[in-house]
Amino acid sequence: MYKTHIADQAYDFKTLRNLMAKATPARSGDYLAGVGAVNNLERVAAQWVLADVPLKQFLNEALVPYEQDEVTRLIIDEHDSAAFAAISHLTVGDFRNWLLSEQATTAALTAIAPGVTPEMAAAVSKIMRIQDLIWVAKKCRVITRFRNTIGLENRLSTRLQPNHPTDNPAGVAASLLDGLLYGCGDAVIGINPASDNLEATSRLLHMLHDVIERYQIPTQSCVLAHVTTTLKAIEQGAPVDLVFQSIAGTQKANDSFGINLDLLNEARLAALELGRGTLGDNCMYFETGQGSALSANAHQGLDQQTCEARAYAVARKFKPLLVNTVVGFIGPEYLYDGKQIIRAGLEDHFCGKLLGLPMGCDVCYTNHAEADQDDMDMLLTQLAVAGGTFIMGVPGADDVMLNYQSTSFHDALYLRQLLDLRPAPEFEQWLQQHGIFNAENQLLQRPDVPALFKSSLQNLSE
Amino acid sequence: MSDDNEPTIAQDPWHSLKQFTPARIALGRAGMSLPTRACLDFQLAHALARDAVNIPLDFAGLEQRLNVQGYQTLTLQTQAENQSVYLQRPDLGRLLSASAMACLQHSAPIPVDAVVVVADGLSSTAIEYHAEPFLSLLLPELQQKGYRLPPLCLVKHGRVAIGDAIAEHYAASLCIVLIGERPGLSSPDSMGIYFTYQARSGISTDADRNCISNIHNNGLSYQQALKKLLFLLNEAEKLQFSGVNLKDETTDAEPNDRLKQANFLLD
Repeated sequence: MYKTHIADQAYDFKTLRNLMAKATPARSGDYLAGVGAVNNLERVAAQWVLADVPLKQFLNEALVPYEQDEVTRLIIDEHDSAAFAAISHLTVGDFRNWLLSEQATTAALTAIAPGVTPEMAAAVSKIMRIQDLIWVAKKCRVITRFRNTIGLENRLSTRLQPNHPTDNPAGVAASLLDGLLYGCGDAVIGINPASDNLEATSRLLHMLHDVIERYQIPTQSCVLAHVTTTLKAIEQGAPVDLVFQSIAGTQKANDSFGINLDLLNEARLAALELGRGTLGDNCMYFETGQGSALSANAHQGLDQQTCEARAYAVARKFKPLLVNTVVGFIGPEYLYDGKQIIRAGLEDHFCGKLLGLPMGCDVCYTNHAEADQDDMDMLLTQLAVAGGTFIMGVPGADDVMLNYQSTSFHDALYLRQLLDLRPAPEFEQWLQQHGIFNAENQLLQRPDVPALFKSSLQNLSE
Repeated sequence: MSDDNEPTIAQDPWHSLKQFTPARIALGRAGMSLPTRACLDFQLAHALARDAVNIPLDFAGLEQRLNVQGYQTLTLQTQAENQSVYLQRPDLGRLLSASAMACLQHSAPIPVDAVVVVADGLSSTAIEYHAEPFLSLLLPELQQKGYRLPPLCLVKHGRVAIGDAIAEHYAASLCIVLIGERPGLSSPDSMGIYFTYQARSGISTDADRNCISNIHNNGLSYQQALKKLLFLLNEAEKLQFSGVNLKDETTDAEPNDRLKQANFLLD
């Protein structure tokens, strides 16, 4: 069925799953899994064949069997055929043309989103260049709310990530204040706890709640513990704004994370019950990343980018405030170098946005990847041009707890002045009110800390 | 280049917060960007971390230093034949090469209790700096406990699970692997120790191992690491297992009061 003859070579891709994997731009994780194209010609042959596959075929040929996998069941059972109607006659190649055309306005893209499956998004991304991924994502608009408004046009939000190697409260507070004074933290103030236990999680939750209350910061908090830990914290009365969980695109991978759809639903309902959102009820924060299913040996023969897109079906079900692809964290056995990391980040952002998700990206790398700050600057800039919803803010881009390099408070300021991207309006107002930003979206230069924080710093010795 | 007096740099008047965290805070800014000094500081740290990954470990030198101390060694290679393959194919770093297998076969088939494996892992500098001094504390302890040991196995391009194959070959019940950890920007030379009871190739998983991490000059000391490892060895022999159900009950020497320290933002 998936056959072609190209440059004197006959190609016969046995299944849609196989075709998708062969059509994927080269990356180390697909070679590690043994599913990637063996050479450039095979990859391009697969892309030619894939371009002729009708979008409808993705509703008929599940890449992971329906009976075996609850993520497949979610994708098929909750598919919106009315929304799909407008694009149901298209092939993958036609779909690319349509997405790039004037017909695909922001309103049209919003309307079709519930009719697009992760596999359709992944398929079309495989035959798109970087500029296509940027342009189409830029046309998508996804707005979410909890205590502020995320995703408005010409806005860029930041997750303030004040991690500390031992969760020392003063250590967390030091990075937190540094970030606030650089205008960071409107997406979420989110801490990765050094140890995933209930006591540490609760302590950090209370601390973030108290800081947000005391300084009246229009943002939300999150402690990135396992969802079961957060559920227990809610039971004990801890002030949980956003429920965090890492998610993946197969049931088996989610099993290895100790989660399933029922559990995520239970956690979301528990957080909604607390009623802590003032502007909206988007109360979930998900993280994903290409390669996570393979690293759990649960990729089911899929390429890692298709697996990743399927995770967005899981995310979409729970109406998250934020979805973050932690693109370079996993290491070079999945994304070998800067080139692979950059493309993966933009693919993820595009697929997420096309599916209607508030997609941000942890623009990041580890020290054993063939990548450096120049690569991150390229992804950072391209993501912002593409309308990326949020990035991370880590002091000096160096996460001293997780031992990887992300983006800094300075990186966000660079994008703000380069592209005139403002923070969420409620947060922007707070920054201006307290003399952190001026009305032109710039950090105010001042000899002293703003009055709001002056007394907190007064008693500290150098 | 003195950033302090540079009029184009906006200083952050909250340097006092640096006492609370090793994070790169209060860096100041040139326009909206990093000042030159902070920018180069980062590049320096990254260079050290990259070199830790990419500069090959001097196996001959390490072997010689250990031999001088009277320890026999075997240098073994995995199926990851070079660094690029090693980084992209973790599976091959868990398998011994054919020549390494042959080398093991030639090693005397004496009954042993414990194997000690040293693998370069992701930081050659970690092993270069910390393996030999740590071994000179560990090996006398093991001998004193009466453990029979084969030669130390030094493994090039090895992952943690390479110890399983070696323990299995010797039918040793205790497997100790010293390995260079993924280098952080502030800890390029961090060594880890993985201990597995009844390690068996392809059967033992991460859940069967106990890890003692973060051994470097600003992290866990050799003595602290040794204490933890000896505790785990003793407990595993009693319980006949290692891994997630074997809890490290040794206390860290670090005082706890820093944890309870007040938070200046909320006082």
